[in-house]
Amino acid sequence: MKRLTTLMLAGSTALFASAAFAQHTHVNVAMQLEPPNLDPTAGAAQAIDSVVYSNIYEGLTRFMSDGSVVPGLAESWDISEDGLTYTFHLRDGVTFHDGTTMDAEDVKFTLDRARAEDSTNAQKALFANIAEVTVIDPLTVQVTLSAPTGALLFNLAWGDAVIVAPESIGEAATHPIGTGAFMFADWVQGDHINISRNPNYWGTPAVLETATFRFIADPTAAFAALMAEDVDVFVGYPAPENLPQFEADPRFQVLVGNTEGETILAMNNAREPFDNPLVRQAVAHAIDRQAVIDGAMYGLGTPIGTHFAPHNPDYVDLTGLSTYDPERSRALLAEAGLPDGFTTTLNLPPPSYARRGGEIIAAQLRAVGIQTEINNQEWAQWLETTFRGRDFGLTIVSHTEPMDINIYANPEYYFQYNNPDLQALMTTLNETTDPARRTELLQQAQTIIAEDYVNAYLFELAVPTVARAGIEGLWLNQPTAAIDLTAVSWP
Amino acid sequence: MSLPRTLILGALLTALFLGGALLSFVWTPYDIELLDIPNRLHAPDAVNWLGTDHLGRDILSMIMMGARTSIAVALLAVGIGMGIGVPLGLTAAARRGSLLDEVIMRGNDLIFAFPSLVIAILITAVFGAGASNAIIAIGIFNIPVFARVTRGAALSFWSRDFILAARVAGKNKARISVEHILPNIANLLIVQGTIQFSLGILAEAALSYIGLGAQPPTASWGRMLADAQTLASIAPHVALIPGLAIVLMVLGLNLMGDGLRDLLDPRIRVART
Repeated sequence: MKRLTTLMLAGSTALFASAAFAQHTHVNVAMQLEPPNLDPTAGAAQAIDSVVYSNIYEGLTRFMSDGSVVPGLAESWDISEDGLTYTFHLRDGVTFHDGTTMDAEDVKFTLDRARAEDSTNAQKALFANIAEVTVIDPLTVQVTLSAPTGALLFNLAWGDAVIVAPESIGEAATHPIGTGAFMFADWVQGDHINISRNPNYWGTPAVLETATFRFIADPTAAFAALMAEDVDVFVGYPAPENLPQFEADPRFQVLVGNTEGETILAMNNAREPFDNPLVRQAVAHAIDRQAVIDGAMYGLGTPIGTHFAPHNPDYVDLTGLSTYDPERSRALLAEAGLPDGFTTTLNLPPPSYARRGGEIIAAQLRAVGIQTEINNQEWAQWLETTFRGRDFGLTIVSHTEPMDINIYANPEYYFQYNNPDLQALMTTLNETTDPARRTELLQQAQTIIAEDYVNAYLFELAVPTVARAGIEGLWLNQPTAAIDLTAVSWP
Repeated sequence: MSLPRTLILGALLTALFLGGALLSFVWTPYDIELLDIPNRLHAPDAVNWLGTDHLGRDILSMIMMGARTSIAVALLAVGIGMGIGVPLGLTAAARRGSLLDEVIMRGNDLIFAFPSLVIAILITAVFGAGASNAIIAIGIFNIPVFARVTRGAALSFWSRDFILAARVAGKNKARISVEHILPNIANLLIVQGTIQFSLGILAEAALSYIGLGAQPPTASWGRMLADAQTLASIAPHVALIPGLAIVLMVLGLNLMGDGLRDLLDPRIRVART
């Protein structure tokens, strides 16, 4: 027995020694969900971008952690007077991980593929106004638009617009080949993905030599993995109630950043009784946002009154339109002809903002006479029945895409809001390049949907990142889903 | 003859939860549908005897309401198992060796071969989470248990003289099964029922724990545990109390089952006197 203990001790010392040695060039990153595939240009899952954005794939432009858009593979660009022609000047000497050169042909291939009729790109709307992509010379590419698109440079920074090569795109779902500072190494499905430093990177090389992404969905397991130091960084840590413990522990640092995630109680605008604006207003007034933020998120999150990120300079604070006022809510229900309230379904996807928030919201709605039947759904089920099937009364979800107020212009979108005025406004917005005018239009749109009480706007989701003390270079905010490791280093 | 000590202890524990569940119909210390988030995660004190949970609800009230859910689900599930399993077992014993016996018993083996909890998860996942589907799922797996116990016990009686006498008197098999065999195996069924009842409580807690049992706002011990998972290091009582409730309730039922067996089993009874 004693010998065994000694052996085990020796073994664990050896393990620790190697771990300590490896720490300076390797990082274990954990996130909640595993990506279904690794091709960001063909899948909608945020988890794909979390792994590949900036690490493996790069676009013509790119997001920084503060949400700004900066040059990526395009060094610079010229915009014609009428705003219809963008000429991108590509960086010289950029190669894909398989050794092939990245040039104007690849850009043309990428953009043509994304906007093609049979494209499986999850965000085809980003490319909708592109009329033609022309190769001028290997390092110059011209994008012609059918209508001025003020947000083109922003659109091209999305993970769905990264530059891919025709030679390697066939394998992208399982073996992504991009131009980034890291190369894909291997993927053991259900367990981890390894990436390693790209020695031929065109820009500042990554500090880390290798990194591992692990997927830990269960909050208890996430807590244990961090405490045992099995993972060094957890992006999107799922249990906000544990954050004070990590903050108090000198081994860890906690970063709380903002996201583009408008967390809303979505109402089925096409279904009775939510087709009545009075009922929607009653729901909005029945909800105590602060109680939801405190109860479900332990205080993490900024209240919002419309579908817009509060850290965006164009945000208008409209929370005053939907203050917590149960009396008013009951009066509105009576005015809508439902003095005794009604019963509806509340479909909840797995994240705690939905499951816990749902329990709190159900209690708040019950207080004004609205009974809810809670259905806890897994993501696949939620996407199938609630999102695509639109079979729901109420649901809670966080819309993490950046600048996605245009979803309100799509009457087919799951909450089925159909307002021609807003649709016209969004078309105008798309064609406007003047920043001041864009701000004005965006603010008008925010006000319209808030005054129409399309959905009940709860809070902007915060993203907590728990990391080992001393690790630097992590993104604080999540302007897009990304775990950019290119600047990450150990002390 | 004195009552076995295990029976007394078991009955007391069971009565405690049963009493709490019954009391919850007329009174609980607080309304569990009222959330009081500023007062969440309070440790047990004079105001909230068992503290408050992550949404500021009174845990004692939740335990009482949860006991109601657990007991109702387990009781109905045992009811399904007995209601279907016992007649099947009696039939199989009465027609021992016949094709019908084979069909019934092999059918039971088939259900028995599946891991019960996994199938219960499948049933609730397919037909939707909720207390009623949990009852059906748990109930189905009680059927073969009762069928087997009934058949085994009944068989030993079919060769006894008094049954022979009843047959000579012209009673048919069904009548003999109900009038003579059932009363003689009732004690075994009661003991088995108690054990199955405790397993039902566990199964209900397990299903609710993974979110397939009773849905909120219905209180359920399993869901209380699941909710408390990440809070165990901050407010241990939130996890400990529902966990203890499950343990004590199941322990109580098992002790009671053991005690009842000691009390009712004729062989042990003879040995004692």
